[in-house]
Amino acid sequence: MKKSKARFWIFLTPALFSFTLIVLIPMLIGFFYAFTDWNGIVGSDMEFVGFQNFVDIFTRDDSFLHALGFTALFSVCAVVLVNLVGFFLAMLVTQKFRGATLLRGVFFMPNLIGGLLLGFTWQFIFVSIFEAVSKATGLKIFSGWLADPQTGFIGLLILTVWQLSGYMMIVYIAQIQQIPESVKEAASIDGASGWQMLKSIILPLMMPAFTIGLFLSISNSFKMFDQNLALTQGGPYKSTEMLALNIYNSAFGANEFGFAQAKAIVFMIIVAAIGVTQLVITKRREVEM
Amino acid sequence: MEEKKQHSKRGRKVAYAVVGIVLGCIFLFPIYILVLNSFKNTKGIFTDVIGFPNAATFTTENYPNAFKALEYVRSFMNSLIITVIATALILLISAMAAWVLVRYKTKTSKVIFLLFAASMLIPFQCVMLPLVGFASRIGIMNPTGLVFMYMGFGTSMAIVMFHGFIKNIPAELEEAATIDGCGSFRLFFLIVVPLMKTILVTVAVLNVMWIWNDYLLPSLIINKPGWQTLPLKTYLFFGQFAKRWDLASSGLIMCIIPIIIFYLFCQKYIVKGITDGAIK
Repeated sequence: MKKSKARFWIFLTPALFSFTLIVLIPMLIGFFYAFTDWNGIVGSDMEFVGFQNFVDIFTRDDSFLHALGFTALFSVCAVVLVNLVGFFLAMLVTQKFRGATLLRGVFFMPNLIGGLLLGFTWQFIFVSIFEAVSKATGLKIFSGWLADPQTGFIGLLILTVWQLSGYMMIVYIAQIQQIPESVKEAASIDGASGWQMLKSIILPLMMPAFTIGLFLSISNSFKMFDQNLALTQGGPYKSTEMLALNIYNSAFGANEFGFAQAKAIVFMIIVAAIGVTQLVITKRREVEM
Repeated sequence: MEEKKQHSKRGRKVAYAVVGIVLGCIFLFPIYILVLNSFKNTKGIFTDVIGFPNAATFTTENYPNAFKALEYVRSFMNSLIITVIATALILLISAMAAWVLVRYKTKTSKVIFLLFAASMLIPFQCVMLPLVGFASRIGIMNPTGLVFMYMGFGTSMAIVMFHGFIKNIPAELEEAATIDGCGSFRLFFLIVVPLMKTILVTVAVLNVMWIWNDYLLPSLIINKPGWQTLPLKTYLFFGQFAKRWDLASSGLIMCIIPIIIFYLFCQKYIVKGITDGAIK
């Protein structure tokens, strides 16, 4: 069959045009801006400053490195908790009991609500409810949440577990349902205990889903913005500021657009490194399967 | 023996249900507490945040007040129109592109597909600042510009998902139609699109959820009060009424309700979309 070149380009152009204009060109301009002292005001002078912005990230302004440390620690904790809870929920709701389907919906629901609304909702819980609990019980740990870096960190973590574990649950359910019933029955007839079944049958067969769940939760926590903005706004004193919010504040708070763009490029390299690792590992697994 | 086994099986079912109900309550607690406090006045929230509203603290005033402050109808319609149009356009341009990218096995075609796929690694923050500068220069800081931006950002993921789907549709049908003299657009809309129904729904659901909830991009692009979307208005509302949890709780509930309704109607597709989207 002869295919016309014209058709190829006519069908491709709308997507390619919007993609080029909105993603590709701004990204290329962004590489240029990262080497300038651009202040974000249209038409204002900007000067080429070489690698100064990148040097500044590591010397002049330690907020980015702090945000990187915070984000990394947060992501590790979030990934572990979200996946553990998500897996547990998946195991629970795939058992046959009345209400299991309804519970599936309940656990998944927070995931649909936007990060901003979630952040404000939990702000209310931590600020008002926790304070009331503290007053009623006299327990100091419930007082002053979000006003302190540690509880701010835990607060963000709780929010993230609440939001993402239902998402991971859905990913894990899809995998659990692919485990043939006959395999489980055979193991059960051979006298495998519940724990043996989990360790030797279910977990190994769940590996592909774990890879997906792991990297989905890493990239979700690394790029978190809305929840951070709505829950703590990075406070107190930038102590709970994550990378995306740090970049945002550099630009729109301090008007250092060139500097913020340099940070964004470092951020992209980190995120891309995680993404590429994901692709490599997933591909390798696909070969093994 | 048999009876004992039956017994323990039943016992286990009850245990699962109990654990499930406890966890379910924990998951619903934040929403429950919002609903509860949305029916109290400020004094009621301040004096007793956990308990039920009583005669002195019960009020239904919060909802109409928050409704007004959020300019709910307008913000809701802005969000709805932007979400629907942007999603429809993303589906259209991406399906068209993905189809030719699959059917033309040239080097150009492969390179362009890789470009789309690789761009999914670019975080929004990397493009955000130059894009805002560029948008203000050419004067597209409005809902039309916003829809166009969603097309640019959304097309990569949609193309990758459509590409994977179309690869598995045999080309014979299309070839036969071409021999019968079917033109490109008729071929695409009458033969290819109907075959793509399931993946179109999946990608549509993913995009609706993303665009409906998106805050950052509209906050950078929309600069007229009349154009504000629901998330934008919610953010401003919180700045304006800090510590006014009577209004805030009812406002949050009103923002959450449309999402829950959407979920109830499209539950099947949402779960499928999440699963397929995750695996891609």
